[in-house]
Amino acid sequence: MAISSDSAAPAGRRVAPRRHRGDRSALARATIAALAVLLALVFVFSLTSGATDTSAAAVFWALVTGNDAAISTVERVVIFDIRLPRTVLGALIGASLAVSGAVMQGLFRNPLADPGIVGVSAGAGLGAVTFIVLGTGVLAPVAALFGIYHVPFAAFFGGLVTTILLYRVSTRHGRTSVATMLLAGIALGALAGAFTGLLVFWADDQQLRDLTFWGLGSVAGATWVKIAAVAPIIVPVVLLAPLLARGLNAMTLGEATAQHLGLNVQRFKRIAIVAVAAATGAAVAVSGGIGFVGIVVPHLLRLLIGPDHRYLLPACALLGAVMLLLADAIARQVVAPAELPIGIVTAAIGAPFFLWILLRRRGIVDL
Amino acid sequence: MLKAENIHVDLGRKTILHGIDLAAHAGRVTAIIGPNGSGKTTLMRALTGEIAFQGSATLNGVDIAGAQPWQLAAMRGVLPQSATLAFPFTVHEVVRLGLTSGIMGADGGDLVIEALKAVDLGGFEARFYQELSGGEQQRVQLARVLCQVWEPLLNDVPRFLFLDEPVSSLDIKHQLQIMRIAADYAARGGGVLAIMHDLNLTAAFADHVVLISDGRVFAAGKPPDVLTSGNLERVYDCPMRIGSAPDGNGMLVLPDLAAAQPIDHQNHASGDWNDATSGR
Ligand SMILES: Nc1ncnc2c1ncn2[C@@H]1O[C@H](COP(=O)(O)OP(=O)(O)OP(=O)(O)O)[C@@H](O)[C@H]1O
Ligand SMILES: [Mg+2]
Repeated sequence: MAISSDSAAPAGRRVAPRRHRGDRSALARATIAALAVLLALVFVFSLTSGATDTSAAAVFWALVTGNDAAISTVERVVIFDIRLPRTVLGALIGASLAVSGAVMQGLFRNPLADPGIVGVSAGAGLGAVTFIVLGTGVLAPVAALFGIYHVPFAAFFGGLVTTILLYRVSTRHGRTSVATMLLAGIALGALAGAFTGLLVFWADDQQLRDLTFWGLGSVAGATWVKIAAVAPIIVPVVLLAPLLARGLNAMTLGEATAQHLGLNVQRFKRIAIVAVAAATGAAVAVSGGIGFVGIVVPHLLRLLIGPDHRYLLPACALLGAVMLLLADAIARQVVAPAELPIGIVTAAIGAPFFLWILLRRRGIVDL
Repeated sequence: MLKAENIHVDLGRKTILHGIDLAAHAGRVTAIIGPNGSGKTTLMRALTGEIAFQGSATLNGVDIAGAQPWQLAAMRGVLPQSATLAFPFTVHEVVRLGLTSGIMGADGGDLVIEALKAVDLGGFEARFYQELSGGEQQRVQLARVLCQVWEPLLNDVPRFLFLDEPVSSLDIKHQLQIMRIAADYAARGGGVLAIMHDLNLTAAFADHVVLISDGRVFAAGKPPDVLTSGNLERVYDCPMRIGSAPDGNGMLVLPDLAAAQPIDHQNHASGDWNDATSGR
C-alpha cells in the first residue's frame, strides 16, 4: 500500500491543520520562494530610499539594462557608489550573520547559540581591532601579506580561536552543556573585550573614531573594496552552507546518533566551526557587532517552517539579508539626516525578541 | 555477521570491558543481558564504532574500527538507550532523519509512514516529537532506525539492528510488538543485537543469549542454557526460579520472592516521618 506523504490527509486524522501530515517541506519551499521575492523588493527599496529620492522604476531599469539615461549624474553616483555597495554589503552581512547563527545553533544543538551571544563576535572583533590599530605599526608586515583581506582574516582567526575554545570548554562526551556554553561565552567575550579595550587605549584619534562607530555595528561607509574583501568569504559560506544541512539535521539527535547515521562527526564539526568563524569574522570585520540577527532570524524561521536545515539555511540567508536591509533603512530614517549605527537598531528590536524566546520555551530543550 | 574478539574498553581511567568475545549471526536475534553497569551499553558503543576499543570487531567482514561512518550506516541502524532532540521536529521529520542512503522524495515519505505503522504510531506524523510520551518517543526512534535499514538484506548482504533496551519504556502490548519486529527482521535474513533487561522476553524471542557480568562474558548460548537459576543468581545476585509456562510453551524466569531478602521495615518505623504522622 502506497501512501504518498504529499497526498491529502485522510479523514479523521488526530491533529489540527498541519499540511502533509508532519512533512513541512512544501511549506518550507514556498517560504523560500516568497523570501526571495521579498529580498528583491527590499533590495530595490533600499536603493531608492534616502536623501535623494529616486523612482524605483528608473533605478530598476538602469540596473537591468545598464542604460542610465533616465537618472541624473548625481543620482548615478549616489546609487552606484554609495547605496548599491551599502545595500549589497548589508545583504551579505545579514545573510552571513543569520546563516552562521543557524549553523552554530545546529552544531551546539541549541537555539541560544549565537556568535554574538557566546563571544565569537567579540573574539572576531579582537582580531579585527588588533589589525585596525596595529596594522600600520607592529603588524604592518603581516597586514601587507594579506592585503585588503588582513582585517577580515584577522577577524576570522579571532572568531575561529574563540569558537574552538568555546566548543572545548562546553562539550563533554558529545553533549554541549548550555549553561557552560553561555558562561564560557561570557568569559571569552569579556576576555576579548578586555584586550580590545587595551588596544583602544593605544589607538590614535582617527582610529578611535573608526573603532567607536565600528563597535556599534554599521554598514555605512560601505565601498566596493570592502565588498571585495568579504564577499569571497561570505558568498561561498552562504551558498555552500546547505551542504552542511544533512549533518546538522543528524546532529540534532546527538553526536553519537549522527555518527550512527553515517556522519563523520569530528570532520563535520571542524568544517562547520571553520565556516561559522569565517562568516562571522568577515561580517564583524566590515560591520562590527551587529547583534541578534543570528538568533532572531533562525528562530523565527524554525517556528515557521521547522528546523530542517536543508530549508532553514537558505531561508536564513534570505531573511537575514531582508532583516538587515530593513534595519539599515530604519537606522537611516529615524534620526535623518544623521543616522544610527545599525547595531543599535538590531539590538533594540532583537534583544526584546530574545527575551520573548526565553519566556516562550517551546523548542528550547536540554537547558 | 557481527564478530567481536577480545574486546577491551577503557573509559576514563577504568577498564570497563575485559576481553569480550561475541558473535551475532544474521537470521538470529542475539540478546545481551546483564546487571546495570556491567558494560552492555559500552560493548554496543564499541561495536557501533562510537568509542575506541582494543581487540577486533568486524561487521560482514568490514573492520568496524577502521570503517567510515557511512559504510557502517549502510549496514546497521542503532537505537540508543536514550535519545534527546535539540529542535522541535515533527514525528515525520524525526523518522525521515533515518533515510540516510539516498532514498528521498515520495519513496522516502512512504517509508516513513510504513515505519511508523510498524511501531503502531500511524497517524502520529504531524505531532511534535517533544510532546510525545516516553514510550511513544522510544517507538519513534525505533521507526527512525528501521527507516535506515528497512530491507534486512542489501545486495544479499545482511543488515543489522543494534538495539539498546528497545522495550525499556513500553507497555506489554508494544513490548511484544517491537520484539516481533526484531524477530521478523531476523527471519527475513537480517541480524539483531539487542540489549535486554526483561528475561522473559529474552527467553521468548532470543535465539542466542550473551550474559555479561562485570565486563566479561559469563555465559553465552541458547536461552535455556544461559538462563539457568545458577547463572542468573550469581550474576544478578538475586534468587531465581526457572519454570515453564502453564501451557508448556516457553520458559518463565521469575525472582524467588520467598528466598529474597525482605526489606527491613524496622528502620522505617522511627524518625521524622513517624513523628509527624503519629500525632494525627
Ligand atoms: N563515559 C564514561 N566514563 C567512565 N565510566 C563510564 C562511562 N560510561 C560508562 N561508564 C561506566 O562503565 C560501566 C558500564 O556502563 P554501561 O553503560 O556499559 O552499563 P550497562 O551494562 O549498559 O548498564 P545499564 O543496564 O544500566 O544500561 C559503568 O560502571 C559505568 O559507570
Ligand atoms: Mg546500558
